[in-house]
Amino acid sequence: MNRIISRFELLQSQRQKGLVIYIGAGDPNLGATLQLALGLEKAGADVVELGVPFSDPLADGVVNQLAAQRGLASGTTPPKLLEMVAELRRQSQVPLVLYIYFNLLHRVGLDVFIQEAAAAGVDGLLVLDLPPEESANYETLMEKAGLCPIYLIAPTTPDERIALIAPRARGFIYYVSREGVTGMQSSVSTTIPGMISRIQRYSSLPIAIGFGVSNPEQARQVAELGDAVVVGSAVVNRIAQHGSSPGLVDEVCHFVQTLSKAIKS
Amino acid sequence: MTGPALATAPEPATVPDAHGRFGPYGGRYVPETLMFPLQQLEEEYFRAQKDPEFQRELSYYLREFCGRPTPLYLAERLTKELGGARVYLKREDLLHTGAHKINNAIGQALLAKRMGKTRVIAETGAGQHGVATATVAAMFGFQCVIYMGAVDCERQALNVYRMKMLGAEVVPVHAGQKTLKEAVNEAMRDWVTNVRHTHYILGTAYGAHPYPVMVRNFHRVIGDEARRQILECEERLPDLLIACVGGGSNAIGLFYPFLGDASVKMLGVEAGGEGIIPERHAARFQGGSLGVLQGTRSYILQDAFGQIQSTHSVSAGLDYAAVGPEHAFLRDNGRVEYGYATDDQALAAFLRLARIEGIIPALESAHAVAAAIDIAPTMSKDSIIIVNLSGRGDKDVAQVVAKTGIQLPQ
Ligand SMILES: Cc1ncc(COP(=O)(O)O)c(C=O)c1O
Repeated sequence: MNRIISRFELLQSQRQKGLVIYIGAGDPNLGATLQLALGLEKAGADVVELGVPFSDPLADGVVNQLAAQRGLASGTTPPKLLEMVAELRRQSQVPLVLYIYFNLLHRVGLDVFIQEAAAAGVDGLLVLDLPPEESANYETLMEKAGLCPIYLIAPTTPDERIALIAPRARGFIYYVSREGVTGMQSSVSTTIPGMISRIQRYSSLPIAIGFGVSNPEQARQVAELGDAVVVGSAVVNRIAQHGSSPGLVDEVCHFVQTLSKAIKS
Repeated sequence: MTGPALATAPEPATVPDAHGRFGPYGGRYVPETLMFPLQQLEEEYFRAQKDPEFQRELSYYLREFCGRPTPLYLAERLTKELGGARVYLKREDLLHTGAHKINNAIGQALLAKRMGKTRVIAETGAGQHGVATATVAAMFGFQCVIYMGAVDCERQALNVYRMKMLGAEVVPVHAGQKTLKEAVNEAMRDWVTNVRHTHYILGTAYGAHPYPVMVRNFHRVIGDEARRQILECEERLPDLLIACVGGGSNAIGLFYPFLGDASVKMLGVEAGGEGIIPERHAARFQGGSLGVLQGTRSYILQDAFGQIQSTHSVSAGLDYAAVGPEHAFLRDNGRVEYGYATDDQALAAFLRLARIEGIIPALESAHAVAAAIDIAPTMSKDSIIIVNLSGRGDKDVAQVVAKTGIQLPQ
C-alpha cells in the first residue's frame, strides 16, 4: 500500500496527529537532504515533503525561494533528486511527497516523470500550479503508478471547487490556512475551523493544515483543528542558518522533535 | 478592391475556448488560491465586455484621456530611402504616457473599479506598463504598487521616477536575473497574498485565462483603427503588418482585427539580442520549446529539465522568457510569421527613424522598425506595410546615449 495512506491509517488508529515537514531538496546539497530526511523521520515526521528547486517559484515566500536558489546552485536536478530518493529508500520507509512546479513534469512528460518518481520510491506529488481543470490524465497516471496526487485547498476556495478537488485527492488534503505565499506567521488564522468542516463535507481524507506554522505552540493549536500539521519555512530557515555546519542535522531535528512532542502528547 | 465588403472586418474565428485555451496553448496554471479570483475576474470581464455602459466609459477615457485614435502616419522619407513598400506607422507612441500599454491599463482599471478593488499592482519591464498603471491608479484613486526588476529599474530609470511622481510605490525585484520574469513572479506573490482587495493589472497578452484574451481585446482598438484608417487613405488593405513581440500585447492588438483578411500577412519580431545563442536573446520561437510558466502554456526558453533560462535584450520590454499563448497558436497555424531583430539592428533602426522621420521610437518598437527596414526594399512600390510604433523612446535616451557615445556640447 502507498506509504502516505498507510501512515495516516496508522495515525488514525492510534488517534494521533500527523506531522508533515517540508524541506528544500538539495539545500545545501543532496547528501545533506538524505541525512535530513533520515533525521526527520527519527525526530517524528510522519511525511517528508521535498521541495524540488525551480527557477521561478512564484507560490513561495522568500525563505523557500532562497532554499530553491541554494538547491539549484548545488546542482540539484529532478533525476539527481530521484537518485537520492532511491538511496534513501534503502534505509527508510518514511512517506515522501515531492512539492513541485508543473513545468518540471511537463518538460519530460507527465508519464515519464510519474513512472520515474514511483520507481525511485516517491509516494505523492503536490504540483503547485496544476489545478484539476488542467490535470488532464494526471490523476489516471498517478493512480496507475500508485502515487497520491496531493491537492491544495485555500481560504478562497468556494464549495463548488472543494467538490471538484476533493474526489481527485488521495492520501491527504492540504489546507493552505492563509492567503499568501509560503512563509512564517505570528498567529494562527481564526478561519481554519470553518473551512475544515466545509472540506469534511466533501471528503473523508485526512486534512493537513499548513503555510505559516512557525513554533511548537502553533503546531499544537493547528494540529487540533485537523489531522496533521505542515511545517515548512520554519524548518527551512534553520537549514539556512546552519547550512554547511556539521551540526545541521542535529539542529534541525532537535527543532522538529519539539514540534512532534507538542502535537503528539 | 474596396467598398462596403472590406469596411467591416470579418470577425476572426473565436479563440480561445471556454478554458482559455488557444489550441494546445493557454489555460490556467496557477496555485489554488488564485483559481477562484481568476474565475471571478473572467465572469466580470465578460459581463463588462457586453455592457454598453462599460464600453461607453472605456471609449470615453481612451478618447479624452489617452488621446485615441492615434494617427496612421506615412513615413515618407523612410519609404523613399528604402525604395520599396510604403511604410505606415501606427502611432501608439503618441498616446498619453507614451506607449500602447495604457489601452489595457485603462480597461483593467475600470474593471477593478467595477469589482470594488481598492488596490492595483503590476509588473513592468520597460516601465511603460508601470507608468500606465500608476497613471490610471492616480486617476481613479487606487493604491498602487509596481514590481520591477532591479536591472530594469536602472536601465529605465526615467520611468521609475515617473511612477513615483504619480504616487505609486515601486518595488525593485532582486531575484534571479532581476528583469521582467522576476517582476511577474513577485506581482503574483503579492496577488496571492492580497487577492481580496487587490487587482493585478497584468501588462501583456500573457498569463492565466482570462488575461491573454482580455488584454488582447483591450488592445484590438489598435488594429480596428488601423484597418479603418488604411482603407480611408489607401482604399485597400495593407500587405504586411509588423509588430515587436515581448509578451505580445501590441502585436496581437494590431494583428487581431486583420486575422480574417487573408491577403494581409503579419510578422511578429522578437528580441534577437546578441544573436541566437542560449541566454543571449529572447526569441522564444527561435530557441524555445513548449512549457508552462506563470499561469499559461506556451513557448518558453528553458533547459532540458524545465528550468527557465535567462534572456537578454537591449530592450527591457522584450527581455522575457515566454511569449503569449495566442502567438504560439497563430504561429502553428501559419497565420503569423515570427522573426527577430538583434540589439544592433534595433539600435540602428532607433537612430535612423529619429534622423529621417523625426520620431524617436521605444527600443522595443525599434525592433519592428528594423524588420521593416529589411523587408520593405524587397516589396513593390505599390505595396503597403503597417508598423506598430508601440511606444516612444524618451525612456531609452540615457541607454542609447551610453551605447552610442552621443555627448553634450561642451
Ligand atoms: C513600447 C513597448 N513596446 C512593446 C513592449 C512589449 O510588450 P508587448 O509584447 O506586450 O507589446 C513594451 C513592453 O514593455 C513596450 O514598452
